[in-house]
Formats: sequence, structure tokens, C-alpha cells
Amino acid sequence: MSAAAQRGLEIRGLVKEYQPGKPVLRGLDLDVAAEGITAVIGPSGTGKSTLIRCINRLVEPTAGEIRLHGQALTGLRGRALRLARRRIGMVFQEYNLVERLSVMENVLCGRLGYTPLWRAWLRRYPPADIERAFDLLDAVGLSEHAPRRADALSGGQRQRVGIARALMQGPDLLLADEPTSSLDPKTAVEVLELLVRLTGAARVPVILNIHNVELARRFAQRIIGMAGGVIVFDGPPEALEPGHLRLIYGGEDWL
Amino acid sequence: MSGAAAAARQAFAPNWGARLGLLALAVYAVFAATQLDLNWARLAAGFGEGGRFLARMFPPNFTRWELLLEGMLESLQIAALASALGILISLPLGLMAARNLSPWFIAVPTRAFIALCRSLHYVIVAILFVKALGFGALAGVAALTIASMGFIAKLFAEAIEEISMKPVEAVRAAGAPGASVLLYAVLPQVASRFVGFCLYQLDSNLRNSTLVGIVGAGGIGGTLFAAFKRFDYDFVCAILLTIIALIFLAEVVSGRVRAALR
Repeated sequence: MSAAAQRGLEIRGLVKEYQPGKPVLRGLDLDVAAEGITAVIGPSGTGKSTLIRCINRLVEPTAGEIRLHGQALTGLRGRALRLARRRIGMVFQEYNLVERLSVMENVLCGRLGYTPLWRAWLRRYPPADIERAFDLLDAVGLSEHAPRRADALSGGQRQRVGIARALMQGPDLLLADEPTSSLDPKTAVEVLELLVRLTGAARVPVILNIHNVELARRFAQRIIGMAGGVIVFDGPPEALEPGHLRLIYGGEDWL
Repeated sequence: MSGAAAAARQAFAPNWGARLGLLALAVYAVFAATQLDLNWARLAAGFGEGGRFLARMFPPNFTRWELLLEGMLESLQIAALASALGILISLPLGLMAARNLSPWFIAVPTRAFIALCRSLHYVIVAILFVKALGFGALAGVAALTIASMGFIAKLFAEAIEEISMKPVEAVRAAGAPGASVLLYAVLPQVASRFVGFCLYQLDSNLRNSTLVGIVGAGGIGGTLFAAFKRFDYDFVCAILLTIIALIFLAEVVSGRVRAALR
């Protein structure tokens, strides 16, 4: 195994069957380096979400191995799983904020893995955490919204909070599951630009599930094309040609 | 499209099951009335008695106000204690019974226990506690606590089952321990509904605490029952008016609290 692969994410023979005998992922192998944006494209139902949810174990893989910086994530349980999860940030399609909590509380949710229960309950976070939360809210342009309830924000603003929450974990890897599919095209570009800028500054590698091929080309250094639960394209955006898109999505009338 | 064809398509299908069911209900109601010997003569006699009874109730007699106040205060204390205990026990019970957060081997037995708490009417439970613990307020508190548990724990569990799992998923993915997940992703979604249930339960405990005294479990009910037995109908009227005033007051206060929470 190369040293580059051990610094970063390593997936070997990943299989996921929601129903026995009907695999969604069919023995997937993937290495993701410790930096940069990796976009995963492919038709709906091909297992893009399943792939990234297997990484932080929101979905339990049926078989295969996943390592982050050399540590096996598959098979972790209880406390060990929690400690592994707090190193992996996640941004969701529908933001998944706690609507009745304030923006600040939502951002601090990213620290819950590090914070003892009584501190979290009494909102007695270490000053360094509060400081960092304000810095992140500054970076996403929402610091004046800190005391507002999350359900008072627009979709684009909510996703910015989602990004701040994920980065609040100080993650080694960020998973983004269709982070812009619920947003209008302009906001989608703005949110992606923000995600790319902040994760670049923090040197956090990103695995980005995305429907929009143009956005994938524009923001990613590497594109993974999935079809039928396996990887059918893996390369830089420049190498992605109409032939590959036919292979990934099938047909050609839409091109 | 022609009018005839549109009519033939029938936008609303007749529901024969519901029609037959309603018809059967009406027939049974008539049958039951004849079985129970409910007729106009009986009703007229009843109204006559009712008139005499009402006449003896007025004017209400508040001369024994100390006895009245003592009973009402005891009822109030029973209600407050039973509500506090019931809510405190219901919180973990509701969490354990919620099928979206608890594994089935915890949720199913907890649900069975809650159903058990609900299965007997609180007056029957009060009788059982009077037999087991003896006369007095302790039995009343115990009975109403059980009743509160059965009611609020079930509503808590249902509210928790209706939450959005998306924030729960997000907080779990951040590596938060279970208790923090509850604190940040579950409770904020249900807190205002929980407060509503608790106010409602306090309300009904106030009402119920005035009754458990009839079976000897403390509170104004005992005084009320004694007054009935001694045909002190003017004192009965005073007690009833006081209870009604208390319930109205509780209604106003809980309405204010609910409005403030919104």
C-alpha cells in the first residue's frame, strides 16, 4: 500500500445490500487523498448517498473495508465509532439543522462529540469553541444571525450553517451529500464556492455527491462516475467526455 | 366530454359500509332505549325530582368555609404532587417507549407498562391504593401519579415518534453521545408540545383530585361525599361552585402560559 493512500481514505470491496441479494454497491474500491475536492456523479439510485453514508456508518456496510488515515472505520462500535465520527464532517441535502435551536447552537452541534454532557446542556462551551464558532459564522457571512432560530433562515443560509457545523468538528474528511440540490442555481454556486474555499483553507478533503455535472467539473479536482453500484469513471474533469457521461447515465438524447 | 359520460364516471363512490354501520347504530340505540325502560313518564318523574333537588341546593351555604378551604387545599396539593411525579417519571418512559429511538426490546415492554397504567380508571386505582396504603392523600397522589404516567408517557412517546430524524442523523454523524443527541436533536423538537401535555395533565389532575376523596383518597371529594350523604345540598352547592371556580382559574392560567410559549 502506498503512503499516499494511507494518509486519506481507503475503500476496499465495499458492498451494501439493503435487501439480501440486491446489492446497491457492488464491491467498490476507492482511494481519496488527504486534500482536494472529489466529486461523485451518477444517476439517482446508483448508491452515491449509500457510499458516503457507509463511510461515517450512518449506513452499515454489508461487506468491505473502509480506512481513514489507516484506521479501519468498519467494525467500530459505541465510543470508538463516536470518536471516529467526530473526525468526519457531513453536509446534508436538506441541511438537517435543528430548526428550533439558534444558529449558534446548531454550529456548536459540531462540538458535541468533544463536549461533556453537562457543558452542552448548560451551554457552557469552552471559550475557544465559541470563538471558533463566531469565526466560522463570520466566514460564512452569518455572524449577525447567531442568536436567531435556524428555521428563520433561507435555504442558502441554512446550508451555510450546515457547512459551519461540519467544519466546527475540525474534521479530517468532509462528506457532502447533494449539498446544493435543494438550492436555486445561483445560491448553489455560492454555497459550493464557500464550501470549496473553506475546506481548502482548512486543508480538509471533500467527497461531494452532486447531480449537476457542470458544477462537478467546475469545482472538483477529480470526478468519480458511478453507475449500477460500481465506479465507471475516475479522472480529472478535463478527461470527462460525452462517452463517459453516456456510460454513467445511459442514453444520449439528453446530452 | 358529454354530460352523460361525466355523470357516469362518478366522482364520489357511495360508501355502503358506512351507511349500513350508521343504520345499525340507529336501530341499536332505539332497541337499547326500550330495554332500559326509558320513556316519557320516567323522564317526567326524573325532571320533577331534579327540580326539588336544585331548589334545595340554593342558596349555597358557605358558613363551613374552613372545611371547604381545607379540602380544596388538599386536593390542590394532591394534583400538584401527582402531576410533578407523573411528569418526572413520564419523561424517561416516553423516551423508552418511542419506537424510532429505542430498540424494540425496550420499547415494547415500556409500551405494555404504559398501557397497564392506562387500563384502569383512576378511581379504581384510587380504591386499590386506599386498600393498600390506607385512607388519605397518599393514596390519592399515588393513584393520580399512575394515571398521569399512563397519559403523558403515551403522548410523549407519540410526539417523539413524529419528530424529524434529519437533525438526529446530523448530530449522530458529528459523533455526539446518546444523551447529547437527545438534548440537542430530540428535545428541542418536542419541548413545546411536552409543556402543553403537562399543562393539560395538571388541569385534569386538578379535576380528578376533587373526586378521589369520594373513595377515601384525600381531598375535597371526601367532604363532598359526606355532604351528599347528610343531604346538606346547600353545602354541596358551595363545594361544586368552588371546584368550578378553581377549574376556570386553572383554564385561564394554563391558557396564558400556553400563549406565552408560542
